[in-house]
Amino acid sequence: MSLFLIVALPFLGALLPGLMYQAGRNACAWATFFVTLTAFIGLMTHFPAVMAGEVVQARVEWLPALGLNANFFIDGLGFFFAALILGIGLLIITYGRFYLSRKDNMGEFFTYLLLFQGAMVGIVLSDNILMLLVFWELTSLSSFLLIGYWKHLEEGRQGARMALTVTGMGGLAMIGGMLLLGNIAGSYDLTVILENREAIQESPLYLPALILILLGCFTKSAQFPFHFWLPHAMAAPTPVSAYLHSATMVKAGIFLMARMWPVLSGTEAWFWLVTGAGLITMVIAAIIALFKNDLKGLLAFSTVSHLGLITMLLGTGTAYGALVAVFHILNHATFKAALFMSAGIVDHEAGTRDITRLGGLRRLMPVTFVIATIAALSMAGIPGFNGFISKEMMLKETTKTIVFDSVYLLPVLATIGALFSAAYSFRFIGHTFLGPVRDDYPMKPHDPGVGMWGPPALLCVLVVGIGVAPFLAEPLVFMVTDAVLGSAAALPDEHLKIWHGVNAALWMSVIAVVGGLILLAAFNPAARAWAAAGPPAAKGIFDAIIDSIVAVARAVTMRLHDGAMTRYAAIFAVTVVGLGTHAYFTGNATAPTREMLPLSPVPVMAWVLLVVATAVLVTYHNQRFLALVLMGVVGLVISVGFAYLSAPDLALTQISVEVVTVILLLLALNFLPRETPLESSPIRRFRDAAIAGAAGIAASAMIYSIMIRDAAGPVISAYHLENSYKGGGGTNVVNVILVDFRGFDTFGEIIVLGIAALIIYALTETLLSSSVRARLLNRPVGKVAGDAHPMMMVVMTRVTMPIVLMIGVYIFLRGHNEPGGGFISGLVVAIAILMQYMASGFEWAEKRQRYPYHGIIGAGVLIAGLTGIGAWFFGSEFLASTFGYVRIPPFDKFHLASALGFDLGVFLCVVGAVLLSLESFSRLARRSGSQSSEYAMDIDPSRDDPKSETVTGKEA
Amino acid sequence: MEMLVASAVGVLTAAGVYLVLRKRTFPVMIGTAFLSYAVNVFLFASGRLAINEPPVLQDGVTAYSDPLPQALVLTAIVISFGMTAVVVMVGVGAYLSSQDDHIDDQSEDGVPDEPEMIEGESGQTGAKT
Repeated sequence: MSLFLIVALPFLGALLPGLMYQAGRNACAWATFFVTLTAFIGLMTHFPAVMAGEVVQARVEWLPALGLNANFFIDGLGFFFAALILGIGLLIITYGRFYLSRKDNMGEFFTYLLLFQGAMVGIVLSDNILMLLVFWELTSLSSFLLIGYWKHLEEGRQGARMALTVTGMGGLAMIGGMLLLGNIAGSYDLTVILENREAIQESPLYLPALILILLGCFTKSAQFPFHFWLPHAMAAPTPVSAYLHSATMVKAGIFLMARMWPVLSGTEAWFWLVTGAGLITMVIAAIIALFKNDLKGLLAFSTVSHLGLITMLLGTGTAYGALVAVFHILNHATFKAALFMSAGIVDHEAGTRDITRLGGLRRLMPVTFVIATIAALSMAGIPGFNGFISKEMMLKETTKTIVFDSVYLLPVLATIGALFSAAYSFRFIGHTFLGPVRDDYPMKPHDPGVGMWGPPALLCVLVVGIGVAPFLAEPLVFMVTDAVLGSAAALPDEHLKIWHGVNAALWMSVIAVVGGLILLAAFNPAARAWAAAGPPAAKGIFDAIIDSIVAVARAVTMRLHDGAMTRYAAIFAVTVVGLGTHAYFTGNATAPTREMLPLSPVPVMAWVLLVVATAVLVTYHNQRFLALVLMGVVGLVISVGFAYLSAPDLALTQISVEVVTVILLLLALNFLPRETPLESSPIRRFRDAAIAGAAGIAASAMIYSIMIRDAAGPVISAYHLENSYKGGGGTNVVNVILVDFRGFDTFGEIIVLGIAALIIYALTETLLSSSVRARLLNRPVGKVAGDAHPMMMVVMTRVTMPIVLMIGVYIFLRGHNEPGGGFISGLVVAIAILMQYMASGFEWAEKRQRYPYHGIIGAGVLIAGLTGIGAWFFGSEFLASTFGYVRIPPFDKFHLASALGFDLGVFLCVVGAVLLSLESFSRLARRSGSQSSEYAMDIDPSRDDPKSETVTGKEA
Repeated sequence: MEMLVASAVGVLTAAGVYLVLRKRTFPVMIGTAFLSYAVNVFLFASGRLAINEPPVLQDGVTAYSDPLPQALVLTAIVISFGMTAVVVMVGVGAYLSSQDDHIDDQSEDGVPDEPEMIEGESGQTGAKT
């Protein structure tokens, strides 16, 4: 089976449990099981090739420019780990099906499990270290989901967070290390890196790369001082613990150390870092494990301890050490998974996993007792079980390693570790299963169904099988070791066997087992001494560190982002001006290349008008009406400026937008206070003026230095000018750019405009459906004009309406060739309709409105989009336009381009958006008790209506 | 001429920034409108200035002003209307529902409140009206 498929199967399969959730728990479990089984069988098809020493590869270039390729390869090591992950995965799925209760969402559980499984398989089969990093991070994420699966448990959430924090930080470090490594080797392909041992070890970057990669491995594999997250992750459901912490997640770090062994090992730094961390972890975790009362806590620390052992073996850098490490990985995976599952069974059936509340279960749960005892004896290192052989070999390796010029230091420490290991293994058996039967178990313990005890029993068969006949595992172990060693070292001339003769290792083993039994016998005083010594709790230290980081982050954030918008704006302005100033004084601008345009009196007058209006506005901005009037003046000057500087389209747009903006702000001012109170202190005003002045000078300087030089490269506008008529069929280049060259931009922009209008509408609706409505309806009536709808104005707007509409159509049609187009005519028509609102009132106009404005916006977007799509039918691209000339007698011939349809969409969208925004404000203005007049004007000589006259008379 | 346009951009920017730094919503709305003016003129001027050279093709004419900044600014003007309208609506809505047109949250002593942090598992956010 293709390697891609093996890696992809769990990810694809992860969809199944979620989909099958409705089909029931069994369907979920079966789907997951078969997905894993298929991947496992696919993996096994490579078994003959791998055993023959071949390396199977599958390569796809993904982002070759970055060196990121989806390359996979399978050699002994990868095969071994993938087989462990998928094989134990099968057992865990079976076990998990029976472990989870009806309340647990099984689809969710198995989806997470498969995601995790896929990420793990990806790690062990990746041939590209960047791909490997991606999978590495995926394991962190998916294990977070798995550990926190019981979301209702606080410990579960905390444990998941802690695991993610620690392994995530390690992952970040490892990204740095891997990039350094790839940089040294000149390739991110693992197979290439593995062949560059000398180049990598001689590089000055070797040490930083090594430290960073080891940080990743140590955090993942819970090595001291990062060991503390693993016990907290025990809040997860037991299948998760058994899977993550026996065979997979924590072995990822070990795997990587083994994978990198040929290039990284054998140096002083490697020896001290890896052996040191491994040894300390092994001893400390073994001591802590003995005094844990939680069954899973005990197993968690024992896992940490055994991982330390494997790390230490890899650290020695000898071929024999690597051989023992591989063998122990296999043995540990078998007996530890079985132990975790047994602990889960006890928890499941007896209702607690607190050792002090257990004991005497051997009669009540005989099957579980046998399974747990076999696995625990293997962990203790008793002959006849697989744990004994690898432990014996480990002890032998330590006697050959010299630390601090002493042949005794390492063996003594290793023996102490082994002694405590034996002690907690015996305690696991003794305090749980032996002793008198109690009558205060939380539940009535009994053996579970075969679905739960079957998987660990199967593992126990392996434990005993390898323990009695180690030669069966020998080909596999040697093949994997060969893959670990690569070309860096030759395979040791050894065999796996039970009896190595009477040697130092045997005596150390005897001391460990006997010492363990003695320690267990003296457990109570020892536990009291341990409690009295009060060892530091890692969680407290971790929490303190996290809290202090949060406090620092909070302090920094609160200084910058204290929720005050004015402060953000000030910081932003100062930062931008500061950066720009720095760039200005350190940049290398060329000399001016353009001649300045001559000055003439009229532009100077306009400039004076603009500056004075702005200055007055800023000085008297608390007079809000005055500010609005002055703003109108400024807008007018700008539009005149556009006209003067050869931008007729901009001038038309600016002036019509100015009109609607001022109307909008007037409507808004209807609801706001008329004056701004003076609140800022003189110092504050001075500070703001300084910031504003700096920003102004900076903007001036920047645009000035742009304008006195020609563009650095050729401008793309030349293309537009050249092709406007030939390609777009229009002579108004600005309009052709809008509807043709950059039509897609325009399409997005009209959609944004429509959305803005809909937001305003939605906000209005929200306000009107809240308590604000009552307040609005009953707000006090201020000064009201005597004649709200004056006859002169009504008549004027009625008469001008058709004229304005005709101008709108004219501007629209000529837009392609002369200044004009959809935007401008849309604004003109919107103003024409607005005039009706102003003259005769909102209610009157609303009654005569035939189409809702949302519809007009929608129609605009649709028409624009359909015009664009229409181009597809002529084999061109979206929004490409065609054109020709049409003559409708008696008019002159005029130009018709398909872009006109697009412009129609723009037109409708603008009309709808402007009117919807303004209409929304008008809706807020409704008062209670105000009668809507059905007449267009209040005083109408042609109408004999004394009633309305008296009303207006009174108000006047 | 260039100096006039550049200084006008500076004046508009300065006015915009100053008004944006005020404490009430209305001056801030006017300020954002002024910043829009400044940015539009800035973008337009980045196409370099020209007099009597509108980018409308005519026979026998070869000099045209740069049409691309004009096209970009044209849509920018319309969009800035939409943006101003939304900002105004938000400002009006906030004033109507709280009878307070301060731009920042006010605590009793008149200085801006510190937003509440998200506390542990309780899921409380610092949302305020």
